[in-house]
Amino acid sequence: MKNFILIFVFTLAASVGYGQQGSDIVGRIVGGQKAVIAIPDFRGAGRAANFVSTFNETLFRDIEQAGVFKMAPKSMFPLNVPQRPEDFRKPLQYDPNNRTRAPWLLDWSEPPVSSDYLAFGYTAEQENQMVLFGWLFNVRQPEVSGAQLIGKIYHGSLDEEGARKVAHEFATDILRQFGVESLAGSKIYFVSNRSGSKEIWMMDYDGSNQKQFTFYKNLITMPNVSPDGTRLAFTSFAGGGPQIVVHSLETGRKIPFYNQRASMNATAAFTPDGKQIIYSSTASGWAQLYRANADGSKLERLTNTRSIEVEPKINPKTGNEILFVSGRGGPQQVYKMNIDGTDVTRLTTGEGEASNPSWNPQGSHMAFAWTRGYSPGNWNIFIMDVATREYVQLTQGAGRNENPTWAPDGRHMVFSSNRGGSMQLWSMLADGTQLRQLTSAGVNEKPVWTK
Amino acid sequence: MNTRRASVLALALTLSFFAAGCRKKVGVPPPPAAAAAPVAPKPVAQKPMIAFFTAEPSTIERGQASVLKWDVKGADSISINQGLGTVTASGNRSVFPSSTTSYTLTATNEGGSSTESVTVNVNAPATVAPPATPTPSDDFGSMVSKLIQDIYFDYDKSEVREDSRAILTKNSDALKSIFGKFPNNTLTIEGHCDERGSAEYNLGLGDRRATATKDFLTQLGVSADRLRTISYGKERPTCTDSDESCWSKNRRSHFVAQ
Repeated sequence: MKNFILIFVFTLAASVGYGQQGSDIVGRIVGGQKAVIAIPDFRGAGRAANFVSTFNETLFRDIEQAGVFKMAPKSMFPLNVPQRPEDFRKPLQYDPNNRTRAPWLLDWSEPPVSSDYLAFGYTAEQENQMVLFGWLFNVRQPEVSGAQLIGKIYHGSLDEEGARKVAHEFATDILRQFGVESLAGSKIYFVSNRSGSKEIWMMDYDGSNQKQFTFYKNLITMPNVSPDGTRLAFTSFAGGGPQIVVHSLETGRKIPFYNQRASMNATAAFTPDGKQIIYSSTASGWAQLYRANADGSKLERLTNTRSIEVEPKINPKTGNEILFVSGRGGPQQVYKMNIDGTDVTRLTTGEGEASNPSWNPQGSHMAFAWTRGYSPGNWNIFIMDVATREYVQLTQGAGRNENPTWAPDGRHMVFSSNRGGSMQLWSMLADGTQLRQLTSAGVNEKPVWTK
Repeated sequence: MNTRRASVLALALTLSFFAAGCRKKVGVPPPPAAAAAPVAPKPVAQKPMIAFFTAEPSTIERGQASVLKWDVKGADSISINQGLGTVTASGNRSVFPSSTTSYTLTATNEGGSSTESVTVNVNAPATVAPPATPTPSDDFGSMVSKLIQDIYFDYDKSEVREDSRAILTKNSDALKSIFGKFPNNTLTIEGHCDERGSAEYNLGLGDRRATATKDFLTQLGVSADRLRTISYGKERPTCTDSDESCWSKNRRSHFVAQ
């Protein structure tokens, strides 16, 4: 039953060369068989009742979005829902049809609910604060004494914000029980034109709380965030041609970055330690890759071709490998090389055009956009095991799908798609399911998902 | 005969005497009214005197100037309305009224104010004509937009096409002459792409297109330091349909005057 926890264990015999063996890759990333969890609606005591529906929605969405559980259908729930562990009373003889008796574990583990886990509890008002009493039970256990996995008190302000906070914290604890990092609290930076020009915006992982971050009133695009989440680098036309600008995400202020003399300095990415930036520059004539200190000093040229090379992405785990996009062999493809520019190999097959590589946090797989099987411009999202080059296609020709980036949990991704008419941001589980539209105003693109 | 002659003469004399005597007696007029008499003037301040206030010409075409001239004696302050304000005792001022306008000069001292007005008649065109098309010699920007043509590229290519070579050759001749007339201006070459390649790759591709265009012009003798390049990738399309006729228009080097 706990096999599904082995989400990041890659034990499959490596298959050599190219091949589309999708279900294996996806299975290893998102897990196979899922446990079932039941989350009945909590009730609120006193003024906490005013915010309990926000709490219930947030908790349910956080757990559902995590993608590690199958959600037990609410319509099948027993009428008598426990609010505290004391509410459970073991019957002498379990009768599923007896509606008057006290709640029992089998109500949840037996059909029709058939759940493995139950999250329950209640919210209350206490000294002008929101208090959540939250429990997680393994309802497959024979006795209450062995069932409890979580029993905890959470505090928040007595308002919608507080209801969301305690729900996020409870969800985070539940997911942590299963080795899954919650996305609650994670942020997505992206490009939106809704202010009139393209600027960097930010939002919560679920699309709430959308806010403008840059105010250049110019063309600002191609954001990237340092692994520690403190700095944002992007490509700005505010000074004329495309140049790199770095901002602190803590103060919002601009941080000095030396742009070498070139008509284009663009697509900056941070090394895992945050000490260096690798970017593309036309200083030599063609867009080529350079490595520099985080302030732009101590430049070193990494590639030397007469072709266009952009979008360097450094392996977040090892710091040693760079994925990048190059036209050195013809149409743009994704390549890999060492951090010093040696050992260049092409990862995509050479078919179609490939772009937007993005490492998963484990540094084993890349998500990317590819037109393989379609005419130019018809991008789909793919995942590739970088070691074996097995790949799987996640979107199937619905609009143009570009710029996938991984969530900090390594199981979700956010990408842009115009499948609904205009270019908007969508999140999904890395197996292509749980599609969710996050934006709707203006044109939105180039998302980066950070902790 | 004599007697008759003498009596006629006597009558005439008598009549003349009588007439004279009669005039003297009836004709004494009464004394004139005191005010009309040339009495000694009391010492009273005199108003300023406006010697002249003229507009020349008094009729103009819209956009032309008329010159107001004036000379004023004995004023403490002199002003002209219609926004001209305080002026000196004697002077002139060019005005450019857009429609028929009356100007009033007011000269003031403690004795009072004197005013004088002139009217400048403006002949406006019956309908408002669009601004005259500037001739190519007008300014750098209009010369560039009139004489310098964009060039177009094949998909994912930055090589200057055969058909673009002829255009760039013409452009180079025109640019040499334009830069000769405008030694301080520069030209920006924008490189653009269609929507199909990735935005990131297209930033590099647009840069190549602009640079290839610049290199070609430089080889034909256009001064390199007068040419700037900038890539917009696929961020500034001229056409937004998703078909080849639109894509081919977006794959371009576009020339912009600075």
